[in-house]
Amino acid sequence: MKLKNTINQIIFYIFLTIFLVYIIFPFLWQTLTSFKTPQELFSIPPTWIPSKIYTGYYINVFTKRPFLTYLKNSFIVASSTTLFSLFVSSFAAYALARLKFKGKAIILSLVLSVSMFPGIAIVSPLFIFLKNVNILNSYLGLILTYTTFAIPLSLWILTSFFKEIPFELEESAKVDGATPMQAFLKIIMPLATPGMFTTAILTFIAAWNEFLFALVFNTQDSMRTVPVGIAMFPGEHDLPWGDIAAASVVVTVPLIIMVLIFQKRIISGLTAGAVKG
Amino acid sequence: MIEQKNLTSPTKQSKFQLSEATLGYILVAPALLCIIAIALYPVLNTFKLSLYYMKLQLPGLTHFVGLQNYNTLFSDSRFWSATLNTVFFTVVSVALELVLGMVMALLMNKKFKGTGLVRAAVLIPWAIPTVISALMWKFIYNDQFGVLNDILMKIGLISSYKAWLGNPSSAMSAAIFADVWKTAPFMALLLLAGLQNISQDLYEAAKVDGAGSIRQFFRITLPLLKPTILVALIFRTLDAFRVFDLIFVMTGGGPGNSTETLSIYAYKTLFRNLDFGIGSAIAVIIFIFVFIFAMFYIKLLDKSILK
Repeated sequence: MKLKNTINQIIFYIFLTIFLVYIIFPFLWQTLTSFKTPQELFSIPPTWIPSKIYTGYYINVFTKRPFLTYLKNSFIVASSTTLFSLFVSSFAAYALARLKFKGKAIILSLVLSVSMFPGIAIVSPLFIFLKNVNILNSYLGLILTYTTFAIPLSLWILTSFFKEIPFELEESAKVDGATPMQAFLKIIMPLATPGMFTTAILTFIAAWNEFLFALVFNTQDSMRTVPVGIAMFPGEHDLPWGDIAAASVVVTVPLIIMVLIFQKRIISGLTAGAVKG
Repeated sequence: MIEQKNLTSPTKQSKFQLSEATLGYILVAPALLCIIAIALYPVLNTFKLSLYYMKLQLPGLTHFVGLQNYNTLFSDSRFWSATLNTVFFTVVSVALELVLGMVMALLMNKKFKGTGLVRAAVLIPWAIPTVISALMWKFIYNDQFGVLNDILMKIGLISSYKAWLGNPSSAMSAAIFADVWKTAPFMALLLLAGLQNISQDLYEAAKVDGAGSIRQFFRITLPLLKPTILVALIFRTLDAFRVFDLIFVMTGGGPGNSTETLSIYAYKTLFRNLDFGIGSAIAVIIFIFVFIFAMFYIKLLDKSILK
């Protein structure tokens, strides 16, 4: 029995190791690639461990390419999207969770159905619209689109959050003469901060990673976001793998740190929508 | 006493009721406005565009053609191959994700040192932008400098370097493999959340009855996990069906059109050929398919939130 347990344990750890290697290897490889000298990078068979730390690609990315501009654009778009969608969704979520009015089910279905919208199904009219009002190659076009696509998940998470806050709190506020608006701003909002935080992280990551709309709407190099910018690194004939690897590391490391710090919130936010059903 | 109060001040009561409902609509309005203006209205517009002959480079020639764009598509072999590719990609990647996600979830559901670390690691593929993971895998698959060839050579599975993405017979599988890497962890987290809702007592009772772990999995875990699996499957199916970034960056739909999915075909028609009529028709077809699935999904979810 004891032996069987030990064997089971060993099998378990073997599986766990395979699983972890599988998960981590591609990014690890990309990181190693980003520090190889050009000779090592283009050797056959590939060099696994760089002989020294070569930082040429990192310097390239920041000096010879407008990578800093891409980072700035992505940051502006993703953080504005986060603020906008948080603002809009928390109001709506509060109303849906705690106020009495007709048509809630319809509104909620309408909003949630948008989370399923394939981007490609709306990209052509939006493109024409943004072209007509002259905001192609702007932040606003992307922010509005991303906000809309962030609303469903935000609304979902926040509505379930607002529901868990006891109703007595508002009742007593009303007895004390507070209007529903005051009850919302002074009592409910502060209690919902953790939910808002989760929503903010998920919205930011989604906006930071989005590709299709950014590709179509912002074609000017100076207005490109990070994903599109990096995807455009490969030229007509050359594939600058070193630069791509370095840029990937720069973009991914902050995301990984964020994920490590906030993993509990992210997981609860991601699974909230899907598991409750 | 309260009733009496209500009777004596009916105006105040109704005023309060009114203000609550009005406030509700006011608070919902901005979100609803965004959704209507930037999602619903454009979708209707796409339907409309799909009934027109419309080429952006020939703005004067735009005119109504009815269902002709759909007719053109239905007799277009490239459209059918894109449909087939999309369905193949969706079915195979979602199936693999489910199996792999289940294995990962079962592993993570065990108690061991470092659970938190493993869970964080699982989030890495999810958090990496799809574009970057596509480029990462593209380099791993590279026919000369790629590490995949090196690994497979060293363990003796292949005798010469292969052009994984350059060959129509392997390019789709390579793309699917990369997609599974990126999304199986998400599946695993959903399933794990479901697993944690299953009471341990059931397993204890099964153990007492002498049921082995395989029996326990098929008799307890799988049936109780069914709702979670269903939701996760629909969720991922919708996502996989719209696949764009990964394939766009990895192969651009090539070689030939062997990895071209409907979204890629729609994108090329819209923004390379500037044919907004046909391109919108493809988009409408994608939308209708996704919509049918989505309705199913919302039906499942709807039950819980408004209770």
